[in-house]
Amino acid sequence: MTLFIEQCLNGLQFGLLLFMLAAGLTLVFGIMDLVNLAHGSLYMLGAYFAATFAAWTGSFVLGAVMALGATLLVGMAVEVIAMRRLYGRDHLDHVLATFGLILFFDELVRLIWGAGGMSLPLPSWLNTSIRILPGVDYSAYKLSIIVVSLVVAAFLYWLVMRTRIGMLIRAGASNREMVGALGVNIKLLFTLVFGLGAALAGLAGLMQAPILTVQIGMGENILILAFVITVIGGIGSIRGAFVAAIMVGLIDTLGRAYFTDLLRLAFSKETAATAAPALSSMLIYLLMAIVLVMRPEGLFPASGK
Amino acid sequence: MRKQLLVATAALLLAAGPASAQQKSVKIGFISTFSGPVAVIGNDMRNSFELALDHMGRKMGGLPVEVIYEDDGFKPEVGKQKTDKLIESDKVDFLVGYIWSNVLLASMKSAVDSKTFLITSNAGPHQIAGEQCSPFIFSTSWQNDQTPQAMGHYMNQKGVKTAFLIGPNYAAGKDMLGGVASTFKGKIVGQELTKWPDQLDFSAELAKAKAEKPDAIFVFYPGKAGVQFLSQYAQSGLKGQIPLYTAFTIDELSLPLQKDLALGVPGAQQWVNDLPNDANKKFVADYIKKYPGLRPSFYGAQSYDAANLIASAVAATKGNLTDKVAVQKALEKADFKSVRGKFRFNTNHIPIQNFYLQEPVKDQDGNYVLKTVATIVEDNQDRFVTQCQMK
Repeated sequence: MTLFIEQCLNGLQFGLLLFMLAAGLTLVFGIMDLVNLAHGSLYMLGAYFAATFAAWTGSFVLGAVMALGATLLVGMAVEVIAMRRLYGRDHLDHVLATFGLILFFDELVRLIWGAGGMSLPLPSWLNTSIRILPGVDYSAYKLSIIVVSLVVAAFLYWLVMRTRIGMLIRAGASNREMVGALGVNIKLLFTLVFGLGAALAGLAGLMQAPILTVQIGMGENILILAFVITVIGGIGSIRGAFVAAIMVGLIDTLGRAYFTDLLRLAFSKETAATAAPALSSMLIYLLMAIVLVMRPEGLFPASGK
Repeated sequence: MRKQLLVATAALLLAAGPASAQQKSVKIGFISTFSGPVAVIGNDMRNSFELALDHMGRKMGGLPVEVIYEDDGFKPEVGKQKTDKLIESDKVDFLVGYIWSNVLLASMKSAVDSKTFLITSNAGPHQIAGEQCSPFIFSTSWQNDQTPQAMGHYMNQKGVKTAFLIGPNYAAGKDMLGGVASTFKGKIVGQELTKWPDQLDFSAELAKAKAEKPDAIFVFYPGKAGVQFLSQYAQSGLKGQIPLYTAFTIDELSLPLQKDLALGVPGAQQWVNDLPNDANKKFVADYIKKYPGLRPSFYGAQSYDAANLIASAVAATKGNLTDKVAVQKALEKADFKSVRGKFRFNTNHIPIQNFYLQEPVKDQDGNYVLKTVATIVEDNQDRFVTQCQMK
């Protein structure tokens, strides 16, 4: 039972982290109608910035805060310099251009930081485990990821549902042309939304950095999952991204944890041990396929589309 | 005009003439991973190979050496393509490199079919040592099972009674876990294989290991995955609770990232940078001089040995590389000074060698380095040699 609780927490933590990434992606996709493959590069930059700033300042938290600001600025710069030329063009052009950005950022990182990767060491107060329930010890750092992500999710909810900017964002997701026609400075809104998405990606990257190390191309694998979440949750829907991310996180972790035992009931021990890791990594895509068949718009489609 | 043509034709004939009778140069195809997150390994292998060529004046048996480096991109199918290209269009005399067992397994058939000598300077899947051993395949590294077998012996010495094994789900991962299980006398209470190479979060596996409360955890995670595993092991609170035993998880390339997390975590290896033989002292000192800021790893040491092994065979056959049997015999002699000290081939072309216990420590300058603590096994043979029928 304690193992199950721990695995659920692991799944929740992974899901919330994916939410950070998917939230930015779904905002940009839903509101700006822009397919941004380079979202993973911003995730990578967040991690590199945090590792660098933390080494400079000697403080993990200060480094993380500075990295967040830096990714926000980079995101806004990317929007002004590159993305602006892509609005209204074909999705294929977006894919091509943002794929180019991935190569650009990978090479840039190689030039600045070298090919060897970096590590972001945790302060000792985070690098331990704490007792959350009798008999259940859990990694303090993973717990702090859960807390930070929930706070950010609550902040996003407040921002999108309760503020004027959020109202414009929601309006933009439903009907972009009309928002523009009503005299809203859509250019500024887009820059802000893209910067916000970049900062969220950067936050995910820097929080994941102590667990997975900082390396070139680190955003590419996880970006696929973020796209899956966007599709499952419904494009442009923050709420959908949240639910889908937690589902994906739990399915992925629990699948890895229990699928081997499940397969062992039907197959030999050897076959189960070999096949389970491969099969359990397919579960997420099965979920996506089912959702696409049952509800092609996603679980929580942004209304009015 | 006609005169010039004649001269040119004559020159061409002269140039082409001796080549058919005798080798003009030694052509080596080198396959490793030079892109992506594990490029540091490929670079270390190339650096060491280049250093070996420098040490021999870039000549083998008096013939100039030409090396073509190809990137396998960490993928078996790309590795095979590049191997085919090196064999068919570059017509190389030797193939060297191969970090990954799955890449080697995909590529080796092309080498054997075309009778091109392949010297693996890392990967050691059990197939090449046993059933699929070949006169054309040699190893300057080890068979995968050997290193974890040494670790299994060490775990017995330490009185470990129960162990949990974790490794990646590919050819080498399965060999490694099988290797440790073959020598470890205690009980294996659990075993987890993770998706390779894209699973980098080991929280589910670590939680399972923790729940079993074993005396020890054994892991095999080469390259960056080793860094990720060690940091997650510490974060999950297992450090200090359940000791970790490793194979190929901590090396000079990952240590600068693992730092304090690696201190005190034992590993087994056939080569350590401080082995006290002259060839090794020269290799390590010149490597650090030629590539400032870098330290050689076992991947590099094995590649350095591969260059010297080839050079010994080219010299012994006086550059006549078309006589495959003579080249094979010359390679089998292993007439070179290995940086690991004693080196000889078993009948299946896998080295018979010592395995050492290594431990990461901080030296007086604050650098993280590996040091030899003890010899775990001497003149170790792999356990598949009896299945090899060299044809």
